[in-house]
Amino acid sequence: MMNDLSVDNLLGIKYLNLSDINLIFNTADNFKKIINQPIKKVPSLRDITIANLFFENSTRTKLSFEIAEKRLSADVINFSSAASSVKKGESLLDTVNNILAMKVDIVVMRHPNPGASVFLSRNIDARIINAGDGTHEHPTQALLDAYSIREKYGDIKSKKIVIVGDVLHSRVALSNIYCLKMLGAQVAVCGPSTLMPKYIKELGVRYFSKLKEALLWCDIANVLRIQLERQDVQLFPSLREYANVYGINLNILASLDKEITIMHPGPINRGVELTSDIADSSHSIILDQVENGVAIRMAVLYLLSNKIK
Amino acid sequence: MIDSRQILNNKQIDIIITRLCHQLIENHQDFSNTVIVSLLPRGQQVANKIINKLEDVIGNKINCGELDISFYRDDLRRNTEPIVPHKMNMNVSVDNKQVVIIDDVLYTGRSVRSAIDALMPFGRPKSIELLVLIDRRLSRHLPIQPDYVGKVIDSIDSEKVIVSIDEDDKKDNIIILKS
Repeated sequence: MMNDLSVDNLLGIKYLNLSDINLIFNTADNFKKIINQPIKKVPSLRDITIANLFFENSTRTKLSFEIAEKRLSADVINFSSAASSVKKGESLLDTVNNILAMKVDIVVMRHPNPGASVFLSRNIDARIINAGDGTHEHPTQALLDAYSIREKYGDIKSKKIVIVGDVLHSRVALSNIYCLKMLGAQVAVCGPSTLMPKYIKELGVRYFSKLKEALLWCDIANVLRIQLERQDVQLFPSLREYANVYGINLNILASLDKEITIMHPGPINRGVELTSDIADSSHSIILDQVENGVAIRMAVLYLLSNKIK
Repeated sequence: MIDSRQILNNKQIDIIITRLCHQLIENHQDFSNTVIVSLLPRGQQVANKIINKLEDVIGNKINCGELDISFYRDDLRRNTEPIVPHKMNMNVSVDNKQVVIIDDVLYTGRSVRSAIDALMPFGRPKSIELLVLIDRRLSRHLPIQPDYVGKVIDSIDSEKVIVSIDEDDKKDNIIILKS
């Protein structure tokens, strides 16, 4: 096994190779043990400063990164564009360079524009972790999703995973497809055709237009949130209709005659893509995903810290 | 040119392990309040031999764990090679226990310093002792001394001590490489 990442930044899953992903998973195994100890902190990054730059709203990802950073003993500064000079018209590069002048080693960034973290990596001298760039990639989410599947099933190879919902607007979907395919899983997508990217099949995934068929095929359903904030034009008639056709509820799961696992990257629109009885049931590994998110982010931060020059 | 010299052969290692076990029994009696913690990766084989022998002699199961010290090391990001953690197995509390840390070679003392830090999340030990198979006594960077020693050797920094300890006792062997 390689003991070093092949990349200097985590910009997207498509820049990683299989041994990078396995190295991240094996490292995360150690951190998962550490975050379940009475003392959940290690001193590995005590000389490192990390800036969390969130140019877009986030609760879970931001908290998860922040707690991962603190468990590694890094110094953390937080920035969110809502309360910053970005509102006064400052450019991304200026904002980031000003923050780097304060001697920051790692930047964790979420940005509404696809490619923002790639742009940044070409222009600044700090390690960068993409925490979501528009509708492009969200690599740590894909890693924690795949890690959660590996934890439950032991292996990901040849598992069947369907991603249900708004694939068009979802960075989680794209990163998940790259990651799961690389790990040897079979991947499908399911949702209204208006919410599917035009070239989705070129990524080597199957498409199901009917939810029931998709659920009969799969071992695991990763259910996406309907992203109301990213829809400029109405792509389906109403939330109620969406919930009727693509919402997962107890009835449809009971009709399958088999157990499937339900995942969701959060936040859930309860009663739209998932009903509460499913989200809180034993089918769901949603809270395991959240816990694994901290371990995965600790692993990524730890491994990238070796790349600090 | 690389010149290598054997320090201990398998028979000598077996005699030393037996002696270390009896020294441990002298201080820990039935081991009911003792936890043996080996340092990953290379302390593990030494510890396994000692634990097997101890269990044979005293007839009890001994509490033990395998500790990974990667995240506590003081040379993170100072090495050219990144430090990859090992799979830790510490399903044991050390709270109020007498802990014996086992490693193969004591050299600068920095690993042991890290190990003491890494142990604290598992409780507040009553005491910590150190057992090593080889003590390179002239190379210490920190004020750390072992309580139980297999063999003391005088070596210089450019020399390397290679401990090969296997489940198969016949292949056990410790050599020193001079370059």
